[in-house]
Amino acid sequence: MLINHKSPLRFAAVAALAVASTFGAAANATDITGAGSSFVYPVMSKWSAAYAEKTGNHLNYQSVGSGAGIAQIKEGTIDFGASDAPMKAEDLQKFGLGQFPVVVGGIVPVVNIAGVQAGQIKLDGATLAAIFMGKISNWNDPKIAALNAGLSLPAGKITVVHRSDGSGTTFNFTNYLSKVSPEWADKVKFGTAVEWPTGVGGKGNEGVSQYVRQIKGSIGYVEYAYAVKNKISWVNMKNAAGKVLSPNAESFAAAAATADWAHAKDFNLIMTNAPGDQAWPITATTWVIMYKSPKNAVNSKVAFDFFKSALEHGQEAASALDYVPLPATLVSQIEAYWTSEFKH
Amino acid sequence: MPATEASIMSTDILEQRSRRDARNERLFRWLLKGCALIVLASLLGAAGATLWGGRDAFGTFGWHFLVSSEWDPGNDVYGAMVPVYGTVATSFIALLIAVPISFGIAVYLSEVAPTWLRTPVSSAIELLAGIPSIIYGMWGLFVFAPFFADHVKPWLTSNLGNKPDDGKLSWVAEHVPFVGKLFGSDYPFGASILVAGIVLAIMIIPFISSVMREVFQTVPTRLKESAYALGSSTWEVSWDIVLPYTRSAVIGGIFLGLGRALGETMAVTFVLGNAMHLSASLLDPGASIASTIANQFSEAAGLQKSALMALAFLLFVVTFIVLLIARLMLRRLASKEGR
Repeated sequence: MLINHKSPLRFAAVAALAVASTFGAAANATDITGAGSSFVYPVMSKWSAAYAEKTGNHLNYQSVGSGAGIAQIKEGTIDFGASDAPMKAEDLQKFGLGQFPVVVGGIVPVVNIAGVQAGQIKLDGATLAAIFMGKISNWNDPKIAALNAGLSLPAGKITVVHRSDGSGTTFNFTNYLSKVSPEWADKVKFGTAVEWPTGVGGKGNEGVSQYVRQIKGSIGYVEYAYAVKNKISWVNMKNAAGKVLSPNAESFAAAAATADWAHAKDFNLIMTNAPGDQAWPITATTWVIMYKSPKNAVNSKVAFDFFKSALEHGQEAASALDYVPLPATLVSQIEAYWTSEFKH
Repeated sequence: MPATEASIMSTDILEQRSRRDARNERLFRWLLKGCALIVLASLLGAAGATLWGGRDAFGTFGWHFLVSSEWDPGNDVYGAMVPVYGTVATSFIALLIAVPISFGIAVYLSEVAPTWLRTPVSSAIELLAGIPSIIYGMWGLFVFAPFFADHVKPWLTSNLGNKPDDGKLSWVAEHVPFVGKLFGSDYPFGASILVAGIVLAIMIIPFISSVMREVFQTVPTRLKESAYALGSSTWEVSWDIVLPYTRSAVIGGIFLGLGRALGETMAVTFVLGNAMHLSASLLDPGASIASTIANQFSEAAGLQKSALMALAFLLFVVTFIVLLIARLMLRRLASKEGR
C-alpha cells in the first residue's frame, strides 16, 4: 500500500472518510443481541458471521450461561436467550415467551483405562448410573464384565470426573441418569449442578477432559467434540432400544428425529434416552427463547430471519463444528410454530 | 515609591494568600476524607449487598448453613462447611510454606547477597507477583498436579497415610495421631487441598518477600553493625535485630499475602478438585468459597444463587476474623516488648 508521507493531513482525511463510511454502512443494518448457553456459542458465532456477510445485520451473542440467558430475556434486555434446559410451560406463559430448539449435540462418557481404545468398552444406563453413584467402584466389577464379553478389563479403582461448574452438559447427563436409574432420580436428581456422590470436578469440558487424561481409571462425560479433539476414549452405550451404539453424527441425528417433538408443547422435551433403534441415548439440544409479542419488533424480525437462514442453510457450519443439524421434519415443525405462536 | 505603600500592598497580598491557602487546605482535607470514605463505602456496600443477596439462604437454613457440609442443588439444600474449610485449610498451608521461604529470600537479598545480584532477583520477584492467577492455575493443572500425583503423593500415602497402596501401615501412621488421616487418600490424582496450598504459596511468596525485603532495608545500619561488632552471626542479626525491629510491618506483609490466598479464585479452581465433600485428608479434593462461587454462579438460580451470595458474605466474615486475630497477635507482641 502506498502512503504519501509528505501529506499526513491528506492521509488522515482519507482515513477519517473510510472510518465514517464503515460506520455509515453499519448504521443501516440492525444489530441484534442474544445471550445464554455457552454450548451453542461456537456455532452461533459461525452462523452470525455468515449472516452478517449476507445481510449486513450483526448478531452479538454473549455466552454467559443458560441461567443468565433466561434471566436476561425475562428482563427484556436482549432479543433472544439461549438455554440448554427448556423453560417450563407456565414460565413461558407468564412472561409471554416461546422457545424452539436450534441445534443438537451429543454427550459422551469418556474413560482412561490402560489398553482400552475409543469405542472398545460398552456400558448401559444402569451401570453408568451405578458408577457415578459410587456403587460400582472397580473396573473388574462383574456388571461391567457382563456387558463386555471378550474385553479384559484390569482391576483398578474407578475415579469419577464431573463438571464443577453449572452447565447444560451436566443437566442433560444427569437427566439421562435420572431416566435410567430410579435411585439416581430419587437421591441426586438432575440439574445444571448436582451433589455428586463421588469424584472430582473439572471446570468446563476442558477441565473434565484434562482430568480424565491425567487420572488412570477415570470416567467422565464431555461434549462429543471434546472427546474427538482431545483423543480420549469414549464409551459405546446401550440405548433405550437395547442396541449398542457409537457416538457420531448419525446416532445423534437419529435421537433428534425419533424424539416425540410433535406432542411436546413449546418443544418442551429433553431428548435423553430417546426411543429410536439408532438413537444415541445422551443427546442434547439448546433452545432459543424469544418474546411472542416483542417490544422491539424490528430486531425480533431480524432474529427470526437469522434463525430461519441458520436452520435452513447453516447445517454445514454446524456439522463442521461437530454439532448435528436439526432433522428436516423438526425444522418444518419449528417454522409452523413460528407462524402460529409468534407475532412478526 | 514610598515605603509605606509597598508594605501595605505586601500585607494585602499576604492576607490574600493565606486565605487562599486556608481554602486549599480545606479542599485538600475534604478530598482526602472522600478518598477514605470511598473505601469504607465500597466495603460496606459489598458486604451489605452480599448479605442482602444471601438473606434467603440465611433465612431458610439459619445456623445450619454454617455447620452443614451438604451442598445439594438437586434438593436445594445448602451448607457452607466444605467451602469454608477448604478456604481456611488451603490458605493456612500456603502461609505455612510461604512465610519461611519469603523470610529466607528477604534475608538473603538484604543481608547476604552480593550487591550486583540484588536488583535482578528483586525484579524477578516483582515480575512473579504480576503474573495473572489463571497462569498459575494452568501450570498447576497441567504440570504440577500430574507431577505431584506421580512422584510425591504415592510416597506420602504409603509412608504417612492410613490407606497405603500395599495395605501395610507405616510406623508414623500407626503411632502418631491424625497424621494417617491427613495423608490417607483413595484418589489416584494430584488435585487436592495440599496441592492448592502449595500453588497458593508460590503465588503469595512474591508479595510477602518483597514487603519483607523493603522493610528489612529500613533497619538502621548502626544497629546491625553494632551486633556484628559484638560477634553476632548473620542468623543472629536477622532473627534478633532485624526481625524484632520490623515485626509489625512483616506481619502486615504476611497478612497481605494471606488476604490474597483467601480470595484467590482461578488458580484454586483449577487445582483443588472441586469436590463438595468434607475430608480430613489433605490429599483429597475439596472446594473453596471463591472457587464454588466461580463455578456455580453463572448457572445458579433461586435459592442456590442466594446460597452463593451468602458464601460471599462468609468470605468477608472469614477475612475479618483473620485480620482481627492478626491485630490481637500484634497487640500481644507489642505488650511483651516491655517498653
